Amino acid sequence: MMSLLIALLLGSGLFFSFAGTVGLLRLPDVYCRLHATTKCDTLGAGLVLLAVMISGRPLSQIVKLLLILIFIWVANPTAAHILARAAYSAGTPQVANTSLLKEDTPCSL
Amino acid sequence: MSKLIGLFEAGALVLVSFIFACLYRAYRGPTAADRVVAVNVIGTKAVMLLVLVSAFSQEDFFLDVALVYALISFLATVCLSRLVLIQKRRWGEWQ
Repeated sequence: MMSLLIALLLGSGLFFSFAGTVGLLRLPDVYCRLHATTKCDTLGAGLVLLAVMISGRPLSQIVKLLLILIFIWVANPTAAHILARAAYSAGTPQVANTSLLKEDTPCSL
Repeated sequence: MSKLIGLFEAGALVLVSFIFACLYRAYRGPTAADRVVAVNVIGTKAVMLLVLVSAFSQEDFFLDVALVYALISFLATVCLSRLVLIQKRRWGEWQ
């Protein structure tokens, strides 16, 4: 029963990771790629780490895995935000029919 | 227990193939920001891979490596996005 749950968590984590990879390879510009990869990779990392966490590890390793998980959940969206802001301020081109405000002032980092 | 170890090994192999697929975007990516996105994704996937390696090899220290890798990967993304921001001022159009 437990191994079935672990296999389910690991498989869904790898599925979300796959979705992020497909988004990174197929979507048209930087902002779409960031949108796909950030969400999918953060969720995929969370599920895979959860699968390892419940697979009968000693308590010290569970605490370390929890630290990694919390750090990834905090740092990954932050990094994506910083990167999107930098790309927008540097004038990275968007796809043709993006409805982002052209006159929005780029902020300094 | 050995069934679980085989499961984690298979997951690590699948993850390695995803990392190589992401490497294509870092090679191809038309702008510098695309490459930084790819590097960020590869960093996250490498942390997952290190955790899986620690799970199937029953070694403790890979978790420390994964934690430090996550910290350094975040720092690398912040520094590279700074580079994306100032590239046009410094070097003109540069990819």
